[in-house]
Amino acid sequence: MLRIIISPKYRNQMIKIRDKFENRKFIILAFFVGVFVIFIIRLVILQLLSDEYKELAENNTLRNLTIHPPRGLIYDRNGKEMVYNEAVYDLMVIPQQAKNIDTLELCRLLGIDKEGYIDRMKKAKKYSRYKASIFEKQISKENAAYLHEIIYRFPGFYFVSRSLRKYPKPIAAHLLGYIGEVNHNDIDKDSFYASGDYIGISGVERTYEKILRGRKGIEKLMVDNLNRVKGSFYDGRYDIPAVKGADLTIGIDMDLQEYAELLMQNKKGGIVAIEPSTGEILVLVSSPAYDPNMLVGRIRSKNYTSLQLDSLKPLMNRALISSYPPGSTFKLVQALIGQQEGVLFPHTTYGCQGGFHFGGLHVGCHSHSSPLNLEQSVQQSCNAYYCNVYRSIIDNNRYKNVKEGYRKWREYLLKMGFGRKFPTDLPYEKSGNIPSVEYYDRIYRGSWNSLTTISLAIGQGEILATPLQLANEAAFIANRGYYYNPHIIRRISDGRAIDSSFTKKQWTGIDAQYFETVVSGMAKVTQPGGTARIAQIDSFEVCGKTGTAQNPHGKDHSVFIAFAPRENPKIAIAVFIENSGFGGTWAAPISSLIIERYLKGYIPEKRKALELRMIEGNLLNQ
Amino acid sequence: MRERKHVFQNIDWILIALWLILVLFGWINIYASVYNPENFSIFDLSQRYGKQMLWIIAAIALGFMIILIDPKFFNQFSYLIYFLILLILISVLLFGKEVAGSKSWFQIGSFALQPAEFMKFATSLALAHFLSTQEKTLTTLRSKFFATVIIMVPAALVLLQNDTGSALVFTAFILVLYRFGLSGNIFVIGFVAIFLGVLALLLSTVVQKIILIGILLIPAIVIVLMMKKTFRNIAKITGVVVLIVVYIFSVDFAFSKLQPHQQIRIKVLLNMESDPQGAGYNVLQSKIAVGSGGFSGKGFLNGTQTKFDFVPEQSTDFIFCTVGEEWGFVGSFLVVALFTFLLIRLVLAAERQRSLSSKIYGYSVASILFFHFTINLGMVLGLLPVIGIPLPFFSYGGSSLWAFTILLFIFIRQDAERMQLL
Repeated sequence: MLRIIISPKYRNQMIKIRDKFENRKFIILAFFVGVFVIFIIRLVILQLLSDEYKELAENNTLRNLTIHPPRGLIYDRNGKEMVYNEAVYDLMVIPQQAKNIDTLELCRLLGIDKEGYIDRMKKAKKYSRYKASIFEKQISKENAAYLHEIIYRFPGFYFVSRSLRKYPKPIAAHLLGYIGEVNHNDIDKDSFYASGDYIGISGVERTYEKILRGRKGIEKLMVDNLNRVKGSFYDGRYDIPAVKGADLTIGIDMDLQEYAELLMQNKKGGIVAIEPSTGEILVLVSSPAYDPNMLVGRIRSKNYTSLQLDSLKPLMNRALISSYPPGSTFKLVQALIGQQEGVLFPHTTYGCQGGFHFGGLHVGCHSHSSPLNLEQSVQQSCNAYYCNVYRSIIDNNRYKNVKEGYRKWREYLLKMGFGRKFPTDLPYEKSGNIPSVEYYDRIYRGSWNSLTTISLAIGQGEILATPLQLANEAAFIANRGYYYNPHIIRRISDGRAIDSSFTKKQWTGIDAQYFETVVSGMAKVTQPGGTARIAQIDSFEVCGKTGTAQNPHGKDHSVFIAFAPRENPKIAIAVFIENSGFGGTWAAPISSLIIERYLKGYIPEKRKALELRMIEGNLLNQ
Repeated sequence: MRERKHVFQNIDWILIALWLILVLFGWINIYASVYNPENFSIFDLSQRYGKQMLWIIAAIALGFMIILIDPKFFNQFSYLIYFLILLILISVLLFGKEVAGSKSWFQIGSFALQPAEFMKFATSLALAHFLSTQEKTLTTLRSKFFATVIIMVPAALVLLQNDTGSALVFTAFILVLYRFGLSGNIFVIGFVAIFLGVLALLLSTVVQKIILIGILLIPAIVIVLMMKKTFRNIAKITGVVVLIVVYIFSVDFAFSKLQPHQQIRIKVLLNMESDPQGAGYNVLQSKIAVGSGGFSGKGFLNGTQTKFDFVPEQSTDFIFCTVGEEWGFVGSFLVVALFTFLLIRLVLAAERQRSLSSKIYGYSVASILFFHFTINLGMVLGLLPVIGIPLPFFSYGGSSLWAFTILLFIFIRQDAERMQLL
């Protein structure tokens, strides 16, 4: 072995001095092992025991970009577009990622000021620093086009496409309804919705929300921490494609609807027209109306407020909500029930000396020849006749007392769709009112009879019906005994069947044979000698019935129900015009114009003057 | 020739193998962390993995060179090396380039050098040389004083560079000093100080702090009751109590003197703040990355967290995230085990040195690596506040790789010589 000459200094080192601290190596090794154990335990916790971080990792790298499908379109019965979509863009922001951006430039591009920017940012941060919220909504396609190109310069900002509703014609606002942003309630109730989404709030948009909205898609994008999209995740294998909402074809005849609205301008009231053979609603007018385009997009809330404040209540759907006493149109129902109950026959006659008199009770009537049979009573709309009919129904000996008779009578009415809501697809329908036995028991303390409630005989008093119920009355008379629950839907584009209750015949409990006299009476209403000759149209027999609903607050409301043609009817209609006096003056001519327009497609020259008078008539200040 | 052959025979190949495995596995993970499917040439020198490969090659050459150098060289020139690098540290303070708030880099062409990294082995050498030449190590005040100076001067300079992490590394030498005679009380005091400091921070109100002191007084009173009630003992206990009270109340003040980002890092760790996208961002992201790896990881190059820049500093200080994410528990365990094995091996190798200098140097190497390993992984795993120091051999960066390689290989060279000195 080679010996090296060692200096004394080194020698000192080399001599293995007794190391009294040698055992401390174990403490040091213990430190190492201790740290090792701590790290391994930590790794076990992080990697093996907790799924939390895996989930977080997913959120971290994957931006689940929600793809909002275009909302289904709405077509009328002839395939005309009633509602379509217009693409707009919402500018989304994830506040945490919106750093180091040229705020001034963004403000300039969006046309907002600095305060506007700060406000929006504050709002977004309040919602969440890490979740996207809408920074600026409904930026038009044109304005968004340029922004799209340069949005990458603003980390944390990105666009989401949305669709807004557009209406080619300013009609049918009430029945189509409108969409608006979801509220907390909607989000809580249905996980489908997220803040900023739209939901149908009224009309068809509301009823068919689930069909129209489609299915949201999710595009999984790999995103880095500066929000830069790095590509699609697994080539889009985990993406969920958005499914466009199904299109609806509704029973509305758009041209007819437009025409009806034109006739109703400057009048308060409602019109419902039904195709009797299907129950499809052809026309649903509530007047005054508004342009549905008013309740779209950014202008919505402002316009909504002004419509809400309007004393004419344009937002109210009078066709479904207004409940008026049905007046004389109700006599048809009495005639039908009376016959079915075996207390009234076509040849039954009652005299009328200026009305119905019993003891101190008096129900007035206009002057006409007397006595009248059933058919004539319809044509002449005799009050006395129907007071007698009503009494004979209620006081029928078959029933042990008046209340049982009344109960039976009410049962018929409910079957006919009065006093209750239809299972229709139009939201916010009112049920009208047919007073119950219990109701009369309460207010008359149990002591009442057919005379106490005699005003029901002629459709006055506590009884209330909506224009929809009256149109349905016209429909089941047209059908001679049955109807389909009135509905707006006709077809769903994805082949889904419409609600089965819309395709099932609803029987009124009146046999077909009892309709003939009533129908011929109605046909005579529009003939010379009837109460609505003005409703007569060439080459089609219009069966109608006028009505006047007494209005304690002002001029009476005028009602007209009708169907045509007499055989194989194509349209049944109820027109209700507030404060217009006798049913024959406004409601009947408007009905007949709508019927004529529907059956012929045009209004003949000789009726143009009438048409013009109806269009120009202004009854708002009555 | 014969001597050289002798050297290679005595070399601890296990240490070299551990070094090589860590360096290469580190490189694989750097590659993964900056991997971009559109640009995957391994030799792309514009990419970090390309550069790191050059530095690895250079590090291997450096290691080989060190093996060839006579170990006496390092011993004899230890002070010279120490002062030389100290001088560079001072000049970097004067002329250095500021990167991310720290003035600790020298720019030489396109190459940036961080002298603080090299200060670690220089300090180790100087400390080993100094302690081994003392008559009685660390028993005299003089030796304690100079040992402290040798450690504190570079630490202070690094601190002046605003590189707190690297400065803290010098506290690793406490372990070395402990091994060679410093009282173990330093750990007790240290742990108590950290424990009480954290408590004092968490108990923000004065009332809470008084309650804490009240609780601490109970054992003090018990001790006073149990021990001989000499004046000396009572004075001692009183002194300790007073010190603790002063300490508890000064923690908030001292804390407020820290830099804001350091305060936040500590608060985040103590769950006093939890802004996952702000201060806690790094920690949360790294925990997510590691945690999402699961048992077997997402597979090489399949990490999503470390790939899309979610984890900051993913190829340097947070390189372990990539291991955790792509190699899962298996890979993480392996790396932790390899480091622990390396550390144990170093201690065992140090213990077998007959030269006190080599022994002290060996312990210095182990202590520095241990400190880095503990602080870095503690940070990545969310156990310690964010202190930006690299994971030895693993993290991207030429300076740290070379400095650690030099640090380790000087010891390997010394160790190879151990037989000759008898």
